[in-house]
Amino acid sequence: MASTPTDLDALVAQKYEHGFVTDIDSDTVPPGLDEDVIRMISRKKGEPRFLLDWRLKSYRHWQTMREPHWAHVKYPPIDYQAISYYSAPKQNSDGPKSLADVDPKLLATYAKLGVPLHERARLAGVAVDAVFDSVSVATTFKSRLAEAGVIFCPFSDAVREHPALLEQYLGSVVPPTDNFYAALNSAVFTDGSFVYIPPGVRCPMELSTYFRINAAKTGQFERTLIIADAGSHVSYLEGCTAPMRDENQLHAAVVELVALDDSSIKYSTVQNWYPGDEHGVGGIYNFVTKRGECRGRNARISWTQVETGSAITWKYPSCVLTGDNSVGEFYSVAVANHYQQADTGTKMIHIGRNTRSTIVSKGISAGHAQNTYRGLVKVLPSADGARNYTQCDSLLMGARSGAHTFPYVEVRNPTATVEHEATTSKIGEDQLFYCLQRGLSAEDAVNMIVSGFCKSVFKELPMEFAVEAQNLLAVSLEGAVG
Amino acid sequence: MSDINKGDSILEIRGLAVEVQGKRILEGLDLTVRAGEVHAIMGPNGAGKSTLSQVLAGRPDYDVKAGTVRYLGEDLLALAAEERARRGLFLGFQYPVEIPGVNNVYLLKAALNARRRQLGQPEVDAFEFLGLVRDKMRLMQMDESFLSRGVNEGFSGGEKKRNEILQMTVLEPILAILDETDSGLDIDALKVVAHGVNSLKRDDRAIVLVTHYQRLLDHIVPDHVHVLAGGRILKSGDASLALELERRGYDWVRAEAAAA
Repeated sequence: MASTPTDLDALVAQKYEHGFVTDIDSDTVPPGLDEDVIRMISRKKGEPRFLLDWRLKSYRHWQTMREPHWAHVKYPPIDYQAISYYSAPKQNSDGPKSLADVDPKLLATYAKLGVPLHERARLAGVAVDAVFDSVSVATTFKSRLAEAGVIFCPFSDAVREHPALLEQYLGSVVPPTDNFYAALNSAVFTDGSFVYIPPGVRCPMELSTYFRINAAKTGQFERTLIIADAGSHVSYLEGCTAPMRDENQLHAAVVELVALDDSSIKYSTVQNWYPGDEHGVGGIYNFVTKRGECRGRNARISWTQVETGSAITWKYPSCVLTGDNSVGEFYSVAVANHYQQADTGTKMIHIGRNTRSTIVSKGISAGHAQNTYRGLVKVLPSADGARNYTQCDSLLMGARSGAHTFPYVEVRNPTATVEHEATTSKIGEDQLFYCLQRGLSAEDAVNMIVSGFCKSVFKELPMEFAVEAQNLLAVSLEGAVG
Repeated sequence: MSDINKGDSILEIRGLAVEVQGKRILEGLDLTVRAGEVHAIMGPNGAGKSTLSQVLAGRPDYDVKAGTVRYLGEDLLALAAEERARRGLFLGFQYPVEIPGVNNVYLLKAALNARRRQLGQPEVDAFEFLGLVRDKMRLMQMDESFLSRGVNEGFSGGEKKRNEILQMTVLEPILAILDETDSGLDIDALKVVAHGVNSLKRDDRAIVLVTHYQRLLDHIVPDHVHVLAGGRILKSGDASLALELERRGYDWVRAEAAAA
């Protein structure tokens, strides 16, 4: 019987579209890490003294720490001395002053990735910061944002232009001592985006950062800091890709969000790092610390993530709900195909009174992939009337994939309400056959079923990106069924 | 509109033998269905009625061990399930599945367009499609809220069956196989479903009803009634055979066949 799908995970032949390498002269430091390398990074970036000290302190602390191994993932030991901690496309001066100064090869790279940097060709209403290996190569719409008082710039620029804000907020949500990778990042971070929304301002457009790892044997350690001052609102999107390479590459980012009184931050991620090939060779190790603090009353932080890439994902975007009545949300779709491993989830820490949190996690496993949800809901004694709702759904495709759920709940206030719902389902032969019998192709049927499964998360994404996410999902699962 | 005329052969099954998980379910089954006809296949539990429906629709895991099936002159067994559907073969499921988050209308539109592409017709646009579905929904006495719900999501048994018939009336299949469509329906719902099925009857189409009970046949009068038992058709007759089965059960048919 021609193409009838008797084996759900047989159609495994996913293509990674962003696997090309840009041939560009790079200024890459030799592999290895010591205090001199950190001093060199700091010098290259023209950083103030406090930041260098902060880096060195982080580095010394990192040396006392051990790599964590509690996650449900397996990988060979990482040699941190074999990684290059700085790589930048060669440029004439310190950095591009405008898009006209950006190497056309870089512009072509981003065009190929579907991230237009030319403002006239941009997605309507989205300002983009593009980070290539260790440095930011272009930020669009700076002037229009500046009119609104919004600061959106590469982290390196913020270091020079807004040192006071940086000194006040850097590390205030994720301290360098937080965990092994956060400490490493604090020591060696190279670039990323910095956003400040002044009081009462609704950011006039979506902000977006596009991360690209290009050079071989490099790590990407970006740092993003977003501050929403009282009564302000911002929506921010992050996208990521990398070339196909046989060796694994480390990506250890830190993202900190600070939401003050009555402000809101919506942070969306479409993560499509190279996942490795169908035999599990290569791919990005994505060990990321993302945390937001609702520091003010009535503040709101919402994380939405669509995770389709990386060989290994270790990531728990979290909310610390300090301000009374503040709200934390986490909407996640994590797809793992072939030999990908994902250990992802969130932490909701309720400190303020009447704080609320919502967790909706959708895990999809295909091929030999292992997909784990790990979440913590913690209600401290101060959090009177705190409420949490958690929903974790797992979808399995084929017989060799796995789904795991580790929900931790810690409640130390009797007035709190915590709800948890979890389901695990197999993408049904029945569902698939039903769609085939209605004339749909196997591929369309799977996409439709999976999109339906993820619907409640996709609707949280900004419109333009919901479509992109849906397409990405289709590519990631291409060949997962049939 | 079609080049099928009343009396043309739509389905010809010869000597069909089928195994499911190593167990022989159908053994030497013959059946001919012509355009303009309504057939009812009746039989005791475990006789292979559902197996026949599933095999004709192309369900994987059903091993055809012997026999041929021709559908509109083509070798049906050589076609994938979706290809059969696009050629106008429709199965009304006994247990329609739920597909959470996928809109009813979305699936139905995709299905209709798959059929239309096969026929070389342009795809319907959303506006045209909605008009069409609303008409059929009235026929099936379905609530407007159906449009925004997920495929069979949270539907009652009766609603699921109604939805199957709605899909059928929209897709206008050449051969509709309805597997136990009457089970789980109260008498009012049964009438609505029967009305939907009757609306499909035409000289260039055929309907095969797989059912346990005579009561459906009060509302959809079959031209031919077959008794399926022990993996093959033991007896065929007209509508009066169904009444006789209702009265006498199946044992006498088996006894008769054994004696022959």
